[in-house]
Amino acid sequence: MLKVNDINVYYGAIHAIKGVSFQVNAGEVVTLIGANGAGKSTILNTVCGLLHSQTGSIEFLEQNLGSVPAHKIVERGMAHVPEGRRVFLQMSVEENLEMGAYTQPRAGIAASLERVYQQFPRLKERRKQVAGTLSGGEQQMLAMGRGLMSNPKLLMLDEPSMGLAPILVDQIFDIIRRLHQAGTTILLVEQNARMALSVADRGYVLETGKIVATGTGDELLRDAAVKKAYLGG
Amino acid sequence: MSFLNNVITGVSLGSIYAIIALGYTMVYGIAKMLNFAHGDVIMVGAYMCFFAVGSFSLPPAAGVLLAVAVCTVLGIAIERLAYKPLRSAPSLAVLITAIGVSYLLQNSAQLLWGADTKTFRPLVEGSLVLVPGQLSISYVAVLSIVCCVVVMITLTLFTGQTKLGKAMRACSEDKAAAQLMGIDVNATISMTFAIGSALAAIAGVLMCSAYPVLSPTTGSMPGIRAFTAAVFGGIGSVPGALLGGILLGVIETFAKAYISTDLSDAVVFAVLIVVLLVKPAGLMGKYVPEKV
Repeated sequence: MLKVNDINVYYGAIHAIKGVSFQVNAGEVVTLIGANGAGKSTILNTVCGLLHSQTGSIEFLEQNLGSVPAHKIVERGMAHVPEGRRVFLQMSVEENLEMGAYTQPRAGIAASLERVYQQFPRLKERRKQVAGTLSGGEQQMLAMGRGLMSNPKLLMLDEPSMGLAPILVDQIFDIIRRLHQAGTTILLVEQNARMALSVADRGYVLETGKIVATGTGDELLRDAAVKKAYLGG
Repeated sequence: MSFLNNVITGVSLGSIYAIIALGYTMVYGIAKMLNFAHGDVIMVGAYMCFFAVGSFSLPPAAGVLLAVAVCTVLGIAIERLAYKPLRSAPSLAVLITAIGVSYLLQNSAQLLWGADTKTFRPLVEGSLVLVPGQLSISYVAVLSIVCCVVVMITLTLFTGQTKLGKAMRACSEDKAAAQLMGIDVNATISMTFAIGSALAAIAGVLMCSAYPVLSPTTGSMPGIRAFTAAVFGGIGSVPGALLGGILLGVIETFAKAYISTDLSDAVVFAVLIVVLLVKPAGLMGKYVPEKV
């Protein structure tokens, strides 16, 4: 579904992503794990068009995304739930969700809303509330719900567990499992490697802008080097 | 009675400031820049109406429409040519560019239409007498207040209820996230400049109807006062622009009537300084705490 081929991304003189290639097949949950600054978010931001690669190609559903501007990506079926949630704090929960469906035909929005509310009943309770008054966990649910409003074929989640209490992390990962079971293809970026690998079909380990290991979730969980570096021995 | 007269004058003047302040505040909200050329767009609007009515004998309504149309295009052009290339430049570069655009407009007007002061024919003449010989309200004042109310209601409905209006709020909060939603940020910024400049045209015509002199620098002082009004009310806030504009108009009129005509600007800015010392975000401005 998504084929990333040899991308190189620079921040000024800093070579942040060094020739990264990976792919995500339909129906899979694929995770990119790695330490802070390894380039995980940079890769997602490049895939969704906010940043640009100097080389290589990004293919989504057999089409090259090379020159497609960021705001045209979502209508092709890719939703990105960015790091730090980035919900619109001064807008209500429902308005945030409506923005998620910005590119969708008006007729389908009510049904999408209903589906997201079913997935996240807490959001329904708070639909008139301004997003800035939600807790961190609720904001993460809102960010994910907002991403789902465009009925994406591929959902990209950037650090959905960041800054959340352990019980909320469990909840977020339960939701990821449910979405997976319902057939959503997910590209998950996480620092919480153990959690990420336990839900993922496949994973890639990223170190200073390069992919250093790849395998199924279970393989990586058992891999000695990965264990030592990311799973606390 | 003179007190009531002053209140009416102040509120109607303040309504015009509020309409101009909206342009500053909306552009600031979305582009995070102070568009110092905004005041001069007012002047261009007034000239358009002046020529349409004076030289081509069109009806005043057509003059207003022409002013709105020209200023809308002008606003979009200024944004595209001068500010868009600087989208990721330091804010100081954008600020200086805005000042440059302001002088460019003033000097172009001088070149095209001459430096002499023209007498603007008011859109409507006469006044509504409330108490004969003591209390009256000019039709221009009535029109200004009505325009301000209509603009405020329309904008509130637009930003609160329509898809485009909500997209505008989303852009002003977080441009990258708005792009991820599929919102075309550049088009939204253009639209904001268009709306602000159309409002400037209306304000220009009202301003020159109330104070019927027109020259290439006509827009600069009202522009600065309206900018003050926007800061006063809390820059970025639409109701703040209304409150700031009206208060500024009333304070200015009262200062002229009861203190001194020469000192009215000093009084206005002194009040601004006091307000900002107590409430740095302005009367209705707010800081939204961010959860990490």
